[in-house]
Amino acid sequence: MDAILLQVLNGLDKGSAYALIALGLTLIFGTLGVVNFAHGALFMIGAFCAVTVQRILNLSYETVDESQTDFLGNALVVKTPYVEAWFGAETGGAIIDWAVPLAILFAIPIMVFVGYAMERGLIKHFYKRPHADQILVTFGLAIVLQEMIKYFYGANPIQTPAPEALSGIVNLGAIIGMDIVYPVWRIVYFFFSLLVIGGIFSFLRFTTFGMVVRAGMADRETVGLLGINIDKRFTIMFGIAAAVAGLAGVMYTPINSPNYHMGMDFLVLSFVVVVVGGMGSLPGAVLAGFLLGILESFASMNEIKSIIPGIDQIIIYVVAIIILLVRPRGLMGRKGVMEE
Amino acid sequence: MFGMNKNDTTMLLLVAVLTMLAPFILNPFPTDSGLAQFNAGYPDLMQRFVIFGIFAIGFNILFGLTGYLSFGHAAFLGVGSYSAVWMFKLLSMNVIPAILLSVAMAGVFALVIGYISLRRSGIYFSILTLAFAQMSFNLAYSVLTPITNGETGLQLTLNDPRILGVSQTADGSIPVTSLFGMEMRSTYEMVVGPWAFQFNVGYYLSALVLLAVFYLSIRIFRSPFGLMLRAVKSNQQRMNYTGLNTRPYTLAAFVISGMYAGLAGGLLASMDPLAGAERMQWTASGEVVLMTILGGAGTLIGPVLGAGFIKYFENIFSKINESVLHSWFSALPDGLEDLLVTLVYPFVGKGWHMTLGILFVLVVVFLPGGLVEGGQRITTWLRSKKADGNKPTSTTEPAE
Amino acid sequence: MSNSKFTRRGMLKTGAVAGAGVALPTIFTASSVAAYTNEPTGGSVTLGFNVPQTGPYADEGADELRAYQLAVEHLNGEGDGGMLNTFSSKELQGNGIMGKKVEFVTGDTQTKSDAARASAKSMIEKDGAVMITGGSSSGVAIAVQGLCQEAGVIFMAGLTHSNDTTGKDKKANGFRHFFNGYMSAAALAPVLKNLYGTDRNAYHLTADYTWGWTQEESIAAATEAMGWNTVNKVRTPLASTDFSSYIAPVLNSGADVLVLNHYGGNMVNSLTNAVQFGLREKIVNGKQFEIVVPLYSRLMAKGAGANVKGIHGSTNWHWSLQDDASKAFVKSFGTKYGFPPSQAAHTVYCQTLLYADAATRAGTFNPCGIGEALEGFEFDGLGNGKTLYRAGDHQCFKDVLVVRGKENPTSEFDLLEVVEVTPAAQVTYPIDHPMFAGGALGTCNAG
Repeated sequence: MDAILLQVLNGLDKGSAYALIALGLTLIFGTLGVVNFAHGALFMIGAFCAVTVQRILNLSYETVDESQTDFLGNALVVKTPYVEAWFGAETGGAIIDWAVPLAILFAIPIMVFVGYAMERGLIKHFYKRPHADQILVTFGLAIVLQEMIKYFYGANPIQTPAPEALSGIVNLGAIIGMDIVYPVWRIVYFFFSLLVIGGIFSFLRFTTFGMVVRAGMADRETVGLLGINIDKRFTIMFGIAAAVAGLAGVMYTPINSPNYHMGMDFLVLSFVVVVVGGMGSLPGAVLAGFLLGILESFASMNEIKSIIPGIDQIIIYVVAIIILLVRPRGLMGRKGVMEE
Repeated sequence: MFGMNKNDTTMLLLVAVLTMLAPFILNPFPTDSGLAQFNAGYPDLMQRFVIFGIFAIGFNILFGLTGYLSFGHAAFLGVGSYSAVWMFKLLSMNVIPAILLSVAMAGVFALVIGYISLRRSGIYFSILTLAFAQMSFNLAYSVLTPITNGETGLQLTLNDPRILGVSQTADGSIPVTSLFGMEMRSTYEMVVGPWAFQFNVGYYLSALVLLAVFYLSIRIFRSPFGLMLRAVKSNQQRMNYTGLNTRPYTLAAFVISGMYAGLAGGLLASMDPLAGAERMQWTASGEVVLMTILGGAGTLIGPVLGAGFIKYFENIFSKINESVLHSWFSALPDGLEDLLVTLVYPFVGKGWHMTLGILFVLVVVFLPGGLVEGGQRITTWLRSKKADGNKPTSTTEPAE
Repeated sequence: MSNSKFTRRGMLKTGAVAGAGVALPTIFTASSVAAYTNEPTGGSVTLGFNVPQTGPYADEGADELRAYQLAVEHLNGEGDGGMLNTFSSKELQGNGIMGKKVEFVTGDTQTKSDAARASAKSMIEKDGAVMITGGSSSGVAIAVQGLCQEAGVIFMAGLTHSNDTTGKDKKANGFRHFFNGYMSAAALAPVLKNLYGTDRNAYHLTADYTWGWTQEESIAAATEAMGWNTVNKVRTPLASTDFSSYIAPVLNSGADVLVLNHYGGNMVNSLTNAVQFGLREKIVNGKQFEIVVPLYSRLMAKGAGANVKGIHGSTNWHWSLQDDASKAFVKSFGTKYGFPPSQAAHTVYCQTLLYADAATRAGTFNPCGIGEALEGFEFDGLGNGKTLYRAGDHQCFKDVLVVRGKENPTSEFDLLEVVEVTPAAQVTYPIDHPMFAGGALGTCNAG
């Protein structure tokens, strides 16, 4: 029983990342009608925002310690971060320790700017072009972004730990008399994603801006005829979608050390999630994200693997095929979207 | 000629001349000059040019004509390769049965996957094909290792039970692939002054196959069947309303393009008897999509150009390293030399992906019709310079 | 930088010859019948360095390339000579190989067997490379080794740890200096026994491909032989990024040791996830829970940061070794690049020197001659103590290092500390060992 509950937790956790990425992808698709293959790269850039903040906080001055030697036998150069020098070792250390949560503040403006620049600089020229062209141009862009990160940060994963206070484990089962331990940061990630998803939905639901955007998603031309500049709002939505992907990336870094190709690793999966959810449906994307996350976790249980060997390798694709054959437009897709 | 109009005949002849003379055309620089780095006229790369050209031509029959964007075509290439290597292992080192089996097996796989996937259209179709291909890749990499030899890729060994032929040659090595005794790897090298040109049996076999399937694709494009497929692309609903069931047509196109992919896979394995699982990965499927769009989807020659373009980058640009750069710029003063090397280095060698990505973006932004449109613009420009040029005889006309 | 044939002087000279060629286009000569593939005829010899430059192992590939460049410099008599001065064989004079200047070409394997073969082929067909070396994964090494056998050139394997490279997929033209899964297991088992006792329950997580399987088989056999019980062996998909759903079942499985048969990015993620789930603080059956990583890569371990502390594994070589050869190598690498070399860099440097030395001793670049010179060759002074290139399977037998994640690292390179140097005799196995059975070297091919 606790094994199953644990896998549900794992599934929700994986699903959080899938749902956040798919949500942004759907926002872009639903508003601008663009198939964005660079979305994984946005997730990756978000993660490297966290790395960058960590690096900035760790900027150090060097002192030579004669008592120790480095690998060449010279006197060891000891690095002390400026932050520690300014605020004292304890406060400074604490600031560095909280690099990942601090990176959220850094990542939001950066990601909105990146998204805005991408849309204005490149993608706006592709609204009238075939989806295949959009795929090619965004894929090319994704490669360029990823290679730029590789050039500056290398190809190996870079560790970005969670704050000490949030990196232990907690026994969730204690309340119901079971033994279910789970990492604190993963719980944080789950609630964070709920917060972001809830934020986006209430933004679209309860603000005038959101209402106009939703109206524009349903019928762009009519909204345009009403004298509303829908394009500008859609550009802003692109920025917001980029920020959602970026935040998903920032908070993901303590779970798995980020590397430059993490975006590509998520790309195929996030498209499967979006399509299973139904093109253009925001609730569909979220639902499919959590659903596939949970199914993936269950499929990796030993009991299930012993019945169907290798099922964990293909479960996502099997589910996608079945759902698409049973429900032609995914779980919650609208008719006529992306079918030609 | 051969039931083709004049333009198509010209183009086929042009392709024939280009492929037959490729060893010369692709080796324009003397062997020991600094620019020899850019020579592409060695057997392996020439083979890859034409084989991936075949792959892209086949993909274009589906995508260019019907507009169905498959993201899983690499699976058929992989199936073709595995079939061919198994044929070498079990039957004979002759490439004919291997290629036949790979085409047939890819056809069967395409029939099954196409039958299911074509129940949906648009992006739903793309994701279905992607899902099938990724499933094949994941299984080939791990669970199906007894058949595919997993990560390492399926290779020949010294104790293959070959029915027609020997397990190992007299000197104790693995026999090589051949066509009735003509070894695929045998190469004749012609030295002309400082140039060295290589003529390889395997390349010429692949090139002849390319010509044959290129001819076939011209015929398909110009046939009533091709017209029907184009009608599907422009408005499938209207086709359905006229009481016509389009599914058999699209399925036929899917299977034909799958068989092209299988043929390419079989040829790859014939040139170099190894079948790696990563041939089926989604990135490989994505690559053929890029080749086709980059070259010009829906045009006859575009996919071949796109294939050549990408393979050239992969094999030539990735080999330019820091010391090669230093030698290029060694004539310059030291400071300038270092500066240039620093500026260029991120885009070659380990940075070749970066250059490729930038070129994707540039081509698709400025040449919506792909490289073919670039070619057309140049010819129009040249023609407009000549006052008397008023005959529009473009050799590379888009299909639409 | 002058280790390329494309020098300015060469270009001017070529220009003149090219002019002559154009003037006399009727001179057609067929290629001369060479004794073996790519016989070097001029004043130089070309080696092909085929390493991953894109993809997840790009940084390891970059480190290998650095070591290759260093080796070429030392062979050509530039720099401080590095391990040339400590190498037991004194044939190499710093005048290239047999007076021929060493030049090199590089290529990108992309860590895909297909791309690696394409790159190796271009080196052989276009650049006239007489030896191919490199790689950072077993699949690629085995694929390229097969190609070199067919093409008739020597393959000096880089980082490849699967038993199969010199086991069922061994080839007469291929040679491996790096250690393998069996050796890791044989070296680790006694250390684990001393540390954790004989009454342990091990749970294996294994990357689901050939290398993972041979590693799992080796370490399970070695630990079972000393009394450990194997609770479960679970295969994880290569593409996994989040291992939580594989780690969670470990918690209540009754296991008290987790063995991670993962490498590279997989290893970083699975180890990070295991530590996240509090496995290191866990007490099972009254014993402290332990994690073992059979194959360590220092470059990659950096990505796991503090999570590696106190975790045991094995490595082919480590820069903190204090013998003269290792010190000489670290000094010349560190002086040139500013950081210490990785085990991948060390093994490819050794392979290059070993090839050059074998060619010099054989007096030829003919792969069959070089093969003979390498087979049964005993040497010392390359950082691993006394080493034997066994004739029967072309595997090097040398000491294996058992390492542990360091508790108080003094620098970003100082991640691992050597716990024990397991002597070569303890990791040696018979050629017909079942884990290595099923293949044959065949005969050497000179093209």
